[in-house]
Amino acid sequence: MKTDWIPLLLIPVIALAALPFISGSTWLTLTVAGLAMGMMIFVMASGLTLVFGLMDVMNFAHGAFITVGAYAAASVLLAMKADMQAPSLAANLAAIGPALLAAMALAAVLGWFFERVVIRPVYGDHLKQILVTMGGLIVVEQLIHVVWGPDIIPLPRPATITGAVLIGDAAIERYRILAVLVGLVVFVAMWLLLSRTRLGLLIRAGVENTEMVESLGYRIRRLFVGVFVAGSGLAGLGGVMWAMYQESINAAMGMQMMVVIFIVIIIGGLGSVGGCFVGALLVGLVANYIGYVAPKLALGSNILLMVLILLWRPRGLYPIGKA
Amino acid sequence: MPDLLSLSGVNTHIGQYHILQGVDFSVPRNSLTMLLGRNGAGKTTCLRTIMGLWRASAGSVKFEDADVTRMPTPDLARLGIAYVPENMGIFAGLTVRENLLLAARSGEPDARRLDWIFRLFPAMKKFWHTHAGNLSGGQKQMLAISRAVVEPRKLLLVDEPTKGLAPAIIGAMIEAFRELKRDATLLVVEQNFHFARSLGDAVAVMDSGRIVHTGSMGALAVDEALQQRLLGLSLEAHQ
Repeated sequence: MKTDWIPLLLIPVIALAALPFISGSTWLTLTVAGLAMGMMIFVMASGLTLVFGLMDVMNFAHGAFITVGAYAAASVLLAMKADMQAPSLAANLAAIGPALLAAMALAAVLGWFFERVVIRPVYGDHLKQILVTMGGLIVVEQLIHVVWGPDIIPLPRPATITGAVLIGDAAIERYRILAVLVGLVVFVAMWLLLSRTRLGLLIRAGVENTEMVESLGYRIRRLFVGVFVAGSGLAGLGGVMWAMYQESINAAMGMQMMVVIFIVIIIGGLGSVGGCFVGALLVGLVANYIGYVAPKLALGSNILLMVLILLWRPRGLYPIGKA
Repeated sequence: MPDLLSLSGVNTHIGQYHILQGVDFSVPRNSLTMLLGRNGAGKTTCLRTIMGLWRASAGSVKFEDADVTRMPTPDLARLGIAYVPENMGIFAGLTVRENLLLAARSGEPDARRLDWIFRLFPAMKKFWHTHAGNLSGGQKQMLAISRAVVEPRKLLLVDEPTKGLAPAIIGAMIEAFRELKRDATLLVVEQNFHFARSLGDAVAVMDSGRIVHTGSMGALAVDEALQQRLLGLSLEAHQ
């Protein structure tokens, strides 16, 4: 099976197609914004697509991990306000490091709890999965109201990543450049794990045919729990990135993101990390270009993109041959 | 020498359907036992029940005299049972090498074992770095069988290895199975009577979820009336 480059080429094709409608400097700003948005969505969605591919689980509670990650990080960051506001990279990192760890750890623990208590009893039943995970998401949202209160919490960015850099006439936000870099690091790390390690081999095989992996002597449940927990942790990381992007958090942010996350994993092909990556970048770019060129269409642009891609490739950009 | 595998009164339900209805038969060590029967007789269900992919609702499955009826599939595989399903179960997105690497649980496949596999199925060497999804039907079947034997196994369960294969490939497959017989005990579900007759030592015939005949393959091969009665076919139809 040769590498299918056509979906990947869609990214530059769409970017170049937008160029005639937008002035050069604005195009550059929107392109970086779109890539940054796409990378953040990828970080949030990558775990969910693997969970779906491995165990055929429709987990709407994934949004809860995003929200909890964001709130955990916000608690740490607001407690270390002085370090956050100091114009020193070292001080900023001293606050961001523990915040990211707290976000990923709390989201991972919540993911482990959900897998054991909420999802395990409903394996193989999609309707029940949707109902209980949706219910779980609502419960977590309400618990957040109880613990952190119902108000939107402002979350200023660390001093060293506020502001913009000028490239010609284009102002590029520093934070967006950072988001692109973090997203790339996560993608490359996942790609290396999946393509270069035995664990990755097992995950790729499991996404195709869980039964056969078990028949070869591997306990797929352990693998699934590991992927579920890691995916939840990544959702927590994505939640922090998204919170800093929005510069505020609210209890509904995870639920709001679920629509776009599902669009991305459907566009990419359920279970495909590469497809999720390309899908997320396409969604990010299209949302930014359409939002600028035709704001009234912005709300439906993701749905339109999904419809067009599914008309072209009904099982997504990189479909997994599930047995 | 006691049998390697024995089933006693095995019943299997799939949803509301009662598929296996008291299956009794055994697989002698160092032999190839053919499990024959019409479509829908329960042969595949029988293999899947042995492999733990479907749970027996009653009865027992014994492997090397130990009761393995409730044992999870991965544990059965670790005991030395390998399974090649009817759809071959290859990982299409993985290369031939990766498929075999995954099956060798102890690490990299043993070089001498690999040489043996390459002698059995030269296509595996030729397409070593090819994605399994790009192989032909016959090559996929070769890969599925290679994967099952990449490490020594005690029992191979193979479901319809000749299904959909060209006659020339079936000839090569018969030769490969002759070699495999020297390495492990086999239980093979097969519809191709020529293939079954060429390789089988023992035979069990299923009908409507029960074993209706057991004996030697040689005896069944020469008894056309029995074939007609058990399998509803004439020998000529399968030559």
